[in-house]
Order: sequence, then C-alpha cells, then structure tokens
Amino acid sequence: MSSNKASRIGEEIWKTRIDKVNTELVTLTYGTIVVQLCKDYDNDYEEVNKQLDKMGYNIGLRLIEDYLAKSNTMKRCTSFRETADMIAKVGFKIFLNITPQVTNWTNDNNQFSLVFDENPFADFVELPDDGRAQDELWYSNILCGVLRGALEMVQMQVEAHFISDVLKGNDTTEMRVSLLRYIDDELPPEDD
Amino acid sequence: MSYYFAIVGTQDAPLFEYEFGTSKQGHDGLSRFSDQVRHLNQFILHSSLDIAEEVQWAHGSMYLKCIDKFFDNYISCFVTGANVKFLLLHHPLNNTGGSGSRSSTAIGANPTSPATEEAIKLFFQEVYENWVKAVMSPFYQNNMEVKSPVFRQRVAAAGRKYL
Repeated sequence: MSSNKASRIGEEIWKTRIDKVNTELVTLTYGTIVVQLCKDYDNDYEEVNKQLDKMGYNIGLRLIEDYLAKSNTMKRCTSFRETADMIAKVGFKIFLNITPQVTNWTNDNNQFSLVFDENPFADFVELPDDGRAQDELWYSNILCGVLRGALEMVQMQVEAHFISDVLKGNDTTEMRVSLLRYIDDELPPEDD
Repeated sequence: MSYYFAIVGTQDAPLFEYEFGTSKQGHDGLSRFSDQVRHLNQFILHSSLDIAEEVQWAHGSMYLKCIDKFFDNYISCFVTGANVKFLLLHHPLNNTGGSGSRSSTAIGANPTSPATEEAIKLFFQEVYENWVKAVMSPFYQNNMEVKSPVFRQRVAAAGRKYL
C-alpha cells in the first residue's frame, strides 16, 4: 500500500468513524498521570519512564484490536516500511490526529524514526527544573510502550525509545523504532 | 515610567515578580527605581491587596483599572477567575531636563488617562493568556512560584509591546 493511500485512509477514518474528545482533557489527564508517577516514585525518572512504557504496553495490547476494527485493513503489511507508514499515517492519525514523519531508515530497513511535529500530550508542559528531569524524563514515553504492545500482537517484536524531545530543548521530538524479529506463530499446546 | 509587576496567589504570597521600564519613545526598557525606593515597591504593591479585594466584587470585569495611589506610585490590578491577582505598580518618570514636552504624550505621563488604562489592559490580557498556559503545565501546582523562564520572557515581551 502506498503511503499516499495510507494517509487517505487515515484521513477518511478520522473524519467518519472516530469519536472525538477535547484535547485539553487528554493533555491534562496524561499530564496528571505523569506527575502522579513522578510523585509515587519520588522523582526517580528512570522508573517513571519504565512505568509509562509498561502502561503503554498494556494499552497497545488492546488498542491494536480497536485499530484493526476501525481501519478495516485486514491485510498484513508486506514490509516493515509499510508497517511504519500505517503506524504514522493511520494509527497516529486516528487516535491522536497527528501524522509523525517516518524518516531515517537504516539500510536493512529494520529501523526508523518517527518525528513528531506536534504532540498533543506535551502541550503546555514544562519539565521541572530540578536539574534531572530535563535529562532523564521522557515525558511521552507511553507512546513507545503503545507501539511495542500493539506490534507484538501482530507478530512483530520491536524496541522503541525516544532519542530527542522538544521539552528538553531539542529541535525535534524523535522516536526510534527498531524491529527485533518477527514472532513465529506458536503452536498451541498439544491437547492429546 | 518604571514598572514593578507582581502576581499574587490566593494565599497572598507573591508567585512572580518582574521589574521593567517603558520601551516607548525610545526608552531602553530599564526601570528607574532608585535604590531607596526599590525595596518599598513590594510593600506598596501588597498594601493595595485589601483594596483589590474590595473592588473586585464591585466590578463585573477582571480588569479593575487603577485602584490605588501612594505618592507617585499607581497600582493597577487584574483579577483572574481563580482569584490570582496581577498587580502593576507604575511610577511616572521624573521630568528632569528637556524631555517634558515629549513625555507629556507618553503613556506614562498621565497614569490615570484612558490611553494608559487601555495600554495596561492590553498588557494584562497578554500576561493572562500566557499565565493560563503556564499554570496548565501538569508540573505546576496551585500557588506555587512560577519559575518558568518562558513565562518571564513572555511577560517581558508584553511589557515591551504595550508599556
């Protein structure tokens, strides 16, 4: 499927089949979650990142079903490149109404970057200036978990992490996604 | 014209303060408070809180205009919906030298004129917009001091633009 077609599909679904919700609600709810985690873990930001990723993973495991139902593309992507396009132009479009750019592919087509021009989670946010949050906290880390969880359910084991964030003063917000392996269908346990 | 701007929280503690001067008529935007009066600004400003609390219920609007005067110091006030008060102390320039005719048309020359009121209103509105953004940050807690450098820059920009 060409990337143009993917963005058309994303646009179409966003317009017709998605229940919309106020962005401030999303932004503030997510913000509260992150701040609460920071409190609960005594500003141990490494741990907060981990927890966000775990939460995202659990969301991803479920969200993939919703994605498949809404996008109605019951067809496997033929390549990891196509997967990337579908994630950016359909997945992010229908759930967050953003389309991050897919760039910086490695030669073996197993690693790419998602560059977020806008990020509804991070509106209004300023990281605390305690000297550590700027270095350690990946504010939108839940998204990494979501991708990992969702792709795992469609037989792709990936690793995802942010490598830059405008909240930390970087020019862009960039997530690196690498395909580790395709998970082989596992045979069900013998029932004899 | 020199200005001292402070944001006072609902517990009457200052959350933010910023001192600046006019940028109109080729002025450099630096305040001209002398060392003798600088530390009094806070007292003068906070002493007008009582008046602000009286006046705020009489007004239908958030902008209360000039509510208090102490010698040559005028206090304008703006109350947000969450009862946070923006207070601006303005102190007209001492007209020494030949700049008298020039500054008579300046915003600062007549602190209670409609033009001044309007300029301060625009300043407050811009600060208010940025204030809302600053306090929407999930890491900000109610009545916490605002340390954000971005917010400070924007207040400075609003000051340059309107005052």
